[in-house]
Amino acid sequence: MYEIIIFSHNNSGEEIMRNTKYEKIADFHKVKETRGKNALIAFLSGGVIGLCGEIIIELLCNYFHISRNDATTFMIVIYIFLASLLTALGCFDKLANIFKCGILIPITGFAHSMTSAALDYKKEGPIYGIGSNMFKLAGSVIIYGVVSAWFFGMIRYLIGGGS
Amino acid sequence: MLLFNSFLFCGFVCLLAQLILDNSKLTPGHITSIFVVIGAFLDTFSIYDIIIEKVGGGAMIPITSFGHSLIHGALQRANSMGIIGILMGMFDLTATGITAAIIFSFIFSLFFKPKN
Repeated sequence: MYEIIIFSHNNSGEEIMRNTKYEKIADFHKVKETRGKNALIAFLSGGVIGLCGEIIIELLCNYFHISRNDATTFMIVIYIFLASLLTALGCFDKLANIFKCGILIPITGFAHSMTSAALDYKKEGPIYGIGSNMFKLAGSVIIYGVVSAWFFGMIRYLIGGGS
Repeated sequence: MLLFNSFLFCGFVCLLAQLILDNSKLTPGHITSIFVVIGAFLDTFSIYDIIIEKVGGGAMIPITSFGHSLIHGALQRANSMGIIGILMGMFDLTATGITAAIIFSFIFSLFFKPKN
């Protein structure tokens, strides 16, 4: 009887020791991952994506002689195509682990969320899998965008009388 | 100059998002939704139009431009059609992006297998 109590007491004591040791090690590694580094990487990668977008627009304007608005549309389609292709090939998740918000906040993140949702639920069939789950993540963006645009648009129209 | 401005603006938006992600419990889904609402709000008083004039293509790439395009198309149509134009013109400018995303993700999901 005594032995069991002593044994269990020892056991729990060891476990507490182990937990505190584990927490110390976990804290040590948490501090190491700095927030400044993440922010800098996000700034640089997001900036490079914006820079490439402007370069694509100017190239299209100069070589195909189309207006700036059309070139912007083409640029967005190119980015969406690239993001969908990289997601389908499986590269986008690795890139997102490195660059984080730098690649998720541009329009590439929107295309990635749609393609990854469609791929993940592919095994449930074309209707209940791909069809009903494609907007699982991107739907919130569209819904809140439309609701807020309607709300602000009504305010602007009633106060200022359109643009 | 437009190139440098697009680098700075697009980087700044991503930096802001990363800071929110690191210092709060919000997920990327929350942040993109918040940024769309911010973009729509900025275009209410034509601030985003001024940003696009000065920044160029870099301002059209972050998700904030999605909210801007929604309200911009709605107001354009409202100018000619009256108050019903807000409902008619909502997807005028963003239709390209949404349609392209749907078509590409559908085609790729048919031909590729999930990796993870």
